[in-house]
Parts: sequence; C-alpha cells; structure tokens
Amino acid sequence: MSTTFDRAAGLARGSPQEPVDASPPASLVPPAAGDKLKDIWEDSPGLRGWFGTVDHKRIGIRYLITAFVFLAIGGIEALAMRVQLAQADNHLLSPEQYNQLFSMHGVTMIFLYAMPILSGFSNYLWPLMLGSRDMAFPRLNALSFWLYVAAGLFLYVSFPLGAAPNDGWFNYVPNGSAEFDPGPNIDVYCLGMIFLGISTVVGAANFVVTLLRMRAPGMSLNRLPIIVWGTLTASVANLLAIPAVSLACLMLWFDRNLGTHFFEISGGGQPLLWQHLFWSFGHPWVYAVVLPAMGIVSDALPVHCRRPLVGYTLVAMATVTTMVVGFGVWLHHMFATGLPALALSFFSAASFAIAIPSAISVFSWIATIWTGRVRITVPFLFFASVILLFVIGGVSGVMTASLALDWELTDTYFIVAHLHYVLIGINLFAVVGAIYHWFPKMTGRMMSERVGRWVFGLMFGGFNLAFLPMHWLGLLGMPRRVYTYGPDMGFGVTNLIVTIGAFLFAVGIGLFFVSMLVARLAGRPAGPNPWDGPSLEWSVSSPPPPYNFAVIPLIASRHPLWESRLLEKGEPHSRLAEGYLLDEGKETLGVTPLDGEPDVILKMPGDSLLPLALSVALLPLFGGLLLELAWLGGIGALAVLVILILWFRPHEATRSEEKARVYG
Amino acid sequence: MARAATASTALPVHGQGVVGTPWWGMLCLIATEGILFVYLIFSYGYLASQSRGSFVPGGPPALGLALPATILLLSSSGTAEWSKRAARGGNLGLSRLALGLTLLLGFGFVILSGVEWSKKPFALHDSAYSSIYFLLTGTHLAHVFAGLLALVVLLIWSLAGRVHAGHDQHRTLVTLYWHFVDAVWVFVFATVYLSPRLV
Repeated sequence: MSTTFDRAAGLARGSPQEPVDASPPASLVPPAAGDKLKDIWEDSPGLRGWFGTVDHKRIGIRYLITAFVFLAIGGIEALAMRVQLAQADNHLLSPEQYNQLFSMHGVTMIFLYAMPILSGFSNYLWPLMLGSRDMAFPRLNALSFWLYVAAGLFLYVSFPLGAAPNDGWFNYVPNGSAEFDPGPNIDVYCLGMIFLGISTVVGAANFVVTLLRMRAPGMSLNRLPIIVWGTLTASVANLLAIPAVSLACLMLWFDRNLGTHFFEISGGGQPLLWQHLFWSFGHPWVYAVVLPAMGIVSDALPVHCRRPLVGYTLVAMATVTTMVVGFGVWLHHMFATGLPALALSFFSAASFAIAIPSAISVFSWIATIWTGRVRITVPFLFFASVILLFVIGGVSGVMTASLALDWELTDTYFIVAHLHYVLIGINLFAVVGAIYHWFPKMTGRMMSERVGRWVFGLMFGGFNLAFLPMHWLGLLGMPRRVYTYGPDMGFGVTNLIVTIGAFLFAVGIGLFFVSMLVARLAGRPAGPNPWDGPSLEWSVSSPPPPYNFAVIPLIASRHPLWESRLLEKGEPHSRLAEGYLLDEGKETLGVTPLDGEPDVILKMPGDSLLPLALSVALLPLFGGLLLELAWLGGIGALAVLVILILWFRPHEATRSEEKARVYG
Repeated sequence: MARAATASTALPVHGQGVVGTPWWGMLCLIATEGILFVYLIFSYGYLASQSRGSFVPGGPPALGLALPATILLLSSSGTAEWSKRAARGGNLGLSRLALGLTLLLGFGFVILSGVEWSKKPFALHDSAYSSIYFLLTGTHLAHVFAGLLALVVLLIWSLAGRVHAGHDQHRTLVTLYWHFVDAVWVFVFATVYLSPRLV
C-alpha cells in the first residue's frame, strides 16, 4: 500500500514544487463559513495584532523561537567553559567568571530553554490535537509567554555588569548568603526565579483547564495523545511544585536583605531547609521537562513506524506514575548531607522504583519499532536515538540511586554526564525530532531530509563524544564546578576530546537552525498530512487556519485519520465534516470534564494588550525590589493592580444561552 | 446536501459556576496557593524540629487577640456566602449589605492582626522563629488583603450597576477565593497558636 507517508520518504526525489500531500484537508471547511470564521478569528493587522495576539499557534511558535534563542545563549556559555577546560591550568576565564557561566548555563538551559520549549509545542499542538479552537484562557496564554520573556530578560540583566547569579542553578546556601556572596548576583537569581515562576504557574493552570474543558466532543481521556498526558502531568506538578522554590527564593531574599534567619545559622536558621524546599521543587521539575518530551516521542515515533503506539494505556499510566513517585525522591539529591539512614533508605528505594515506569515507555517504543514498518526519516533517527540516550542516562541514574555509589560519585563529572544524558537525550533530541516532525504543520513547508541526516550525525556523534567520556572523568574523581585542574591529574586528553565533541554538537545545532531558516523560506510544500499521521492536527491545512477547525469534529477513536485502516466494519467513525459550526462570533465549544459531552458555548476574547502590559508592569515591581527603590516597586504594584482590575472587568452581559450553529 | 443550520436545542453561553471555565481556573489558583501554605507550614515545622532549646520565645503565643480575629474572619465567610446567595435570588440591596459586612469583618481581622504584630516583643530579624512567624502570618495577611481588594472592587462594580444577573460568576469566584483565604487561616492558626501548646 502506498500512502502519502511512503511518498514523503522520497522527499529528495520528488519535484520540489509539488506538495508532499496533495489531497485536501480531512477536516471540512465549508467555503462560505471558512471566510466568515477567518474574519472573526484573524488577529488585527499591524502592531496591535502583533503585540496583542492571543492565537495559541502564534504564541506557541514564539515560545519555540524564544526558547531556541536561550538554547543558543546557554550553548555559547557551555562552549566558553569547554574552551577553559580543554587543557590543564588554563586561565582564559577567572574562577568568578567560570562560576557565573556555569550558573547561567544551568539556569538558562533548565528554566529558560527546557520547559518553555515544551510549552511551545504544547501551546501549538494542544487545541489542534484536542479538536478545539483555542486554549481555555487565551489572554492568560499570552501573559504566560510575555512573563517568560520579561523574566528571562530580568535574569540576564546583571550579566553584562559581571554580576550574574554565580552559585549554580540550585543556588545552595550558605554559599549564596549575603555573608559569602554580597553582590547583587544572588538577589537577581531569587527575584528572577519568583518572576519566572508566575509565568510557569499561569501556563500550567491554562493547560489543566484546557484539558478538562476544551476538547472536541468524544475526545475522552482514553483517546488523548500521550503528549497531552505528559504536559498535563507536568502542569499539575508545576502547580504543586513551583511554590516551593518561589518560597525558598523569597526566604533567601529576606535573609540577604532584611536580616531574617531562615537559612542563616546564627539565629537558629537551617541551611538544609533550602535544599529541602529547592529539591522538593527541583525533582518534580526535572520530570516536568522530560515527560512532555517523552510524550512527543510516544506520539510521533509511531507515525514513522506506521502503526499505533504499543501499550498506550500503560504508557499513559506510567507518565502519571513517574510524576507521583517523582514527588517522593527529592532527598536523593541530598544523600551526602548527613541525613538519618532511615530517610536515605526510603528515598533510595523510591529512586530505584522510579526506573520501572520509565522503562515501560522505553519498552513500548522499542516494541513499536520492532512490530512497525519503519521508514528511516530524520524524525525517526532523532526519536530512536532518544531511546538509546535515555537508557544510558537512566542506567547512570539508577546507579546513583544507590547510596554507596552516590557517595563516591556525587559532585563529580559522572553526575554532569548523567544529567546531560537525560536532559539532552530526552529533551533536546526529542525536541529537534519534533521540529522535523511538526515543522511542516507549522509552516506548510518540509525541512530538508538530506541536511537533516547531517544535523543528526553531527549532533549524535558530537553529543556522545562530549558526554560519554565525562563518566570516565567522574570515576577518576574530576569535581564539577571547578574552573581548572592541574596537569598532573591526568584529565587533560579526555577533556580535550570532550571539548571537541561539544563543538561538533554545537555545529550540528547551528546547521539545524540554518536548515529551519532555509526550509521556512524555500522548503518543499507539505500539504495537510505529509507524514500520514493519525491525529487531528493533520486533518487541517498546513499551516492551520486561525480558527483551527471550521466544523468542530466528533471523535470516535484514538486515531481519527487512521480509522479506515484500523476499525472493524460497523464500528462508528469520527466525523470531521459535520458538527458544531459556531460562526456567530468568536466562539468555541466547552465540554464536560470527564466524558467530553458538549456543555457550553464559550465566547473567546479577541486581541488584547493587557497581557503584555501586565508583564511590563512587573518589571518595575521586581526592579524596585532588586534595587530597593520603594517608589519604583510602588509604581509597578499600582500598575499591576490597575491592569488586573481592567482584566477582570465584567464583559457586556450576553444572552445566557444560545442555539448553536451546526453544519451537516 | 450538507448545509449550515441552527440547532433546535440551546447551550448555555459562558456558563455559571462549574459549567464555566473560570471556575476551574480559580480552582488551579487555589491549589497552587494552598500548596504554598503547605510549604510554609513545613518550613515552620522543620525549623521548630531542628531548633535547640525552646523554639517559641516566651512560650506559646497568647490567644487573646487571635481568637476574636479568627471568629471575625470565619464569620466573614458566612456573610460573603450570604451576599452571593442574595444576589442570586435577585435581592441586590441585601447582597450589597452583606458584602459591606464581609468587608468590615475582614478589615477587623486585619486590624487585630496588626495590633498583635505590634505587640510582639521580637522583630522580624531576631531569630528563626520570628522570621517564620512573620512570613507565615504575613503571607496569609497578604492573601486577606488580596481578597479584600477583590471584594471592594466587586462592591464598587455592584454599586455602579456593572455586575448584573449574568455576572454571577464574578460573585461566585470572589466568594470562593474568600472562603479559601479563611480556610487557610484555620491551618495557620493551628500551626502558630495550637502546635506550641501540644509539644
């Protein structure tokens, strides 16, 4: 059977002008209704539309672009460190510069790249996958993005002054206390983290409510794509975990500026309280930055294996289980702090146990490849490599769950290798694969498969050359976060290899950015469903119209576009050509939380400058706190208050009910 | 031949209470702020358990002001609910009256808390106990302030005739948040005033 998928595999051969998938979108757009809906849903022209857009697709793409900018910045910081470490006794960087670089590298990659990039995919994909026209709170969505940009700028504000955060991404006290670190460095960290936390919480609440209420009729829980499960789990975790780090940062800021004794030991404070609060946030967070990425693999890898995911229910349950257990393992970051043995044993056991749900996903991916009809596309290469890198990073993780081994390995390069295998392996490799997979949907154009193989080769080879030898360096005893090492320690050659690998990896990322740009300008047209995917986002045109679905679909199975192949005769099919039309204004459908029954017509807000204004108003508020200028903070607080009142002002009273417009 | 048509049955627009999306958004806000207090109370317990000697200077804090303040705050939850239900029943005058009463009770709580703070023999930067005491009660007080602000704005909108029968959701959500602020106080009260009496 020749499908669009098979033709897509011959991309290099096909005519560069002809769309890969020349068929019309599976979701019907009635001609008159299409124009009417476009008028209603399109952003206003000009700057107002640019700054005021609440379209989840534009916001999603902005998230992706911004996160890639931070990836590049964090990457350059990493390369600077690798040049410093390429040979023994190097003095290119001073110890203080090195401290700031590894701190900002960690903060940037973990907070400003890894999470936001996944928010970008989820923002873009959720309504399209769920069969809705937007997220539950479009203005909140825009707010979450603008807050992310503002907080990112805030965290970098002191970088050019040479006073960036310099106590690592987890900012341990007492090293970060006013006594040992009197500059503005740590205050920027504390306030910046609280600032960014608002963005994350706001975004998480939006995802949770969207999942509960903004689905197509029939999109029941057992039909959700796994990325939705992943982002949902991550969002619930963020709601419950972010306050811990915000509180810890507030306490530290108090300790540093108001003389309190939360962590400061002379007045009865406890430095370990910082670690407890930070890691009870930090460990759920590391799952929040991998679970949606694992969801990406679970959804997109099967498309390139031309079969449904093996073990859907198990993978969905494993996703949730990982997070539940993930809230009970934070102490494994504190094995070496002298805690009671009973507590350590419990957390060691939980850390071993968490390997089980992770392994479920790995085995279902392997089984999907094994039993599928694989096409070796660039997305496939990236997703398959995720499995390998996840297993390597997972095994080194299980090793350090053992107390005895952890005491040997903690604070060495072994840990650096482990965390990069899991974070780059599961997050970045999945993300680059996902860009190759969904770029055609977002832009209507294919990325080059030929260049993509070079990108993959450089990234995969460079990554392993850079990080595999770090395990060895760690076993030799090379400590992390030390700016240089002596020539007699025997680390020199291995470090040079690591640096060469890091640069190869960076060249691969650079080529990837160039390839995206070229494809955006001159890629081959994609058509609605170039990979022959099964989920709803492939049923609309590429790029999708501003209203997503002219007719809200009615869902009958997990794979609406594969039903002709998968369903038995007589089973009900999804209906993409008849249903709710809702063209009486900017409307979409809300459903009941569990069963997905039509429940309410939601009038959606149009463009609004309030989200941008609120983000801008928070800059003087946090700036006032940082500079201890009460008037500046006061202006910011007042502006925030006024904007919030405007935000929640009662809308024009509408009819309390309405007869829905339908098609068919 | 398929064509566009208007359905015979009607669906609610926006929806009130659990049918609307804002109610679920408020639930998320309450969840995340509720857990903030869990971490605060955890920090209190952690600092108390790790302290050498007595954690609370001068023995358990007196209940003379805290008990009346608690009664004021909890009864304000009742009046807030009363105001919401009166508005739902169409009696806007009574609703505004009950809303005003809620504000009085809420500000009463703030004043009593302020008096209690000013009478403390220690300052914020004196010890781990003073730090967590002021942070825990202060965070709660900030939430009371936010709730009062929302109630004031609601009262102004009500008097200006801007919230109508179709805006039941505004009342529902402000009342829900106020209930949350009051319920959290029970846990803060138990931590600060009752737990030192138990150990």
